[in-house]
Amino acid sequence: MYSEKVLDHFYNPRNVGELPDANAIGTVGNPRCGDIMKIYMKIEDDIIKDISFKTFGCGAAIATSSMATELVKGKTIQEALSLTNSAVTDALDGLPPQKLHCSVLAEEGIKAAIGDYYRRQGIDPEPIVGCSFDCEACHKEHHEH
Amino acid sequence: MRIVYADNAATTSVSRTALEAMLPYFTEHYGNPSTIYSVGREARRALDTAREKVAKALGTEAKEIYFTGGGTEADNWAIRGTAELRQKKGKHIITTAIEHHAVLHTCKDLEKHGYEVTYLPVDEYGRVTADQLRGAIREDTILVSIMAANNEIGTILPIKELCAIAHEKGVLFHTDAVQAVGHIPLDVKELDVDMLSVSAHKFRGPKGIGALYVRRGLSLPPLLTGGGQESGRRSGTENVAGACGMAAALEESVEHMDENVKKVSAMRDRLIEGLLKIPYSRLTGDPVNRLPGTASFVFEFIEGESMILSLDAAGICASSGSACSSGSLDPSHVLTAIGLPHEVAHGSLRLSINECNTEEDIDYILQTLPPIIQRLRDMSPLWEDYIKKFKA
Repeated sequence: MYSEKVLDHFYNPRNVGELPDANAIGTVGNPRCGDIMKIYMKIEDDIIKDISFKTFGCGAAIATSSMATELVKGKTIQEALSLTNSAVTDALDGLPPQKLHCSVLAEEGIKAAIGDYYRRQGIDPEPIVGCSFDCEACHKEHHEH
Repeated sequence: MRIVYADNAATTSVSRTALEAMLPYFTEHYGNPSTIYSVGREARRALDTAREKVAKALGTEAKEIYFTGGGTEADNWAIRGTAELRQKKGKHIITTAIEHHAVLHTCKDLEKHGYEVTYLPVDEYGRVTADQLRGAIREDTILVSIMAANNEIGTILPIKELCAIAHEKGVLFHTDAVQAVGHIPLDVKELDVDMLSVSAHKFRGPKGIGALYVRRGLSLPPLLTGGGQESGRRSGTENVAGACGMAAALEESVEHMDENVKKVSAMRDRLIEGLLKIPYSRLTGDPVNRLPGTASFVFEFIEGESMILSLDAAGICASSGSACSSGSLDPSHVLTAIGLPHEVAHGSLRLSINECNTEEDIDYILQTLPPIIQRLRDMSPLWEDYIKKFKA
């Protein structure tokens, strides 16, 4: 049911772990629903110099986290913000239909981390990032992630 | 690669005895049992013998055994048939919150047709009490359907006692015994149930065949109509080979039950003892009254499907009741019914073994699983948060 690429990123996840000098951290998902994704970034001069993740979730959640970090590593913030869930899915050679929400989570995780980066600098991220999917930070209700 | 099959509650390998019992009925004695010439008569004789064997293994007589297309059909027939049979008496059915979907979804469907269903809640071990059942029975209750043993957590329910309560109030009793038959001693006359569902592939028979025991005198209307096979109760040309395989497998299981229970439950206990040494792990299901082959757990801070995938890479076949295993956002109804919070239920693992497993299989699982859990926890932000909180 999973592609070879998904299995590869699940068994050998890239960029897994904490980033001690991260200046942008975003957490999305909900343990009740069975997946939670935390993205750490080190951003310098608008470039994502380093990135890592930690994920509680199924094979697809871990693989999409891994792939998303690979896709935005070394990219500018603008490039990272344009990452879509379908780009992550395509890079993994597809996901089973019931797992597509995992790729949405990866896109949201990247946006949440960038939102945190702006917030730390006293900049309202919403005009730039859009909704950062970090419900605790923006106090607006989200129902369907 | 070494393969350790530990998902026998999902299905089992067909035993050599069962396979050999089936083979002649595909190629040699392939006749339709309803025909009168010799090739058909041979098939009829085999079907009759299979029915007698199944009946004997369940402690009853051949005329009370009806072959079906499996456990799901048997459950559907018992529930839908009773609903039709007793609709003048009432439209209330009692079951439990931890039944198999074959029972639960059938009850849900009847709710759309004007029936009312009470889903008895269970305690932390998956048990229901006689008092709970007594309190739920109403004037218009027509059926109680409670499983003999649970497929996810292995809890064995006190069917004899529960059935007596239903009968005190004149209510029919059905039990889904799919996980119990062939694994624990079971006698329909001693239990005194009115209907009991069986599935062959859970005790090393083939898939696609099961049976419903229907107590004599209970005129359960058919679910499938047609050519009038199975005494008019279940139409469709009989699965002769399947029935022979089922009968042989069941006969074999019953014959070796004492030794199998002893061997399998000792391996199960080694699994439980060994895996509960992992921090933040819990056994699910009744610690005492449980199926000999079911070792079921939750491991906190990780998700079940990623455990299953990791075990698969090591050649171990197991299952989980996590949401991602089911394709929804909710973990299994059984795990939530025993009171587990969703985030904990997502970390469930069921290892179900049988007599084909060896002590070496158990050793292999015991050495393979702990590092998998550690690896997934090291990747989990929930574990990170917990450890930080713990240190703070």
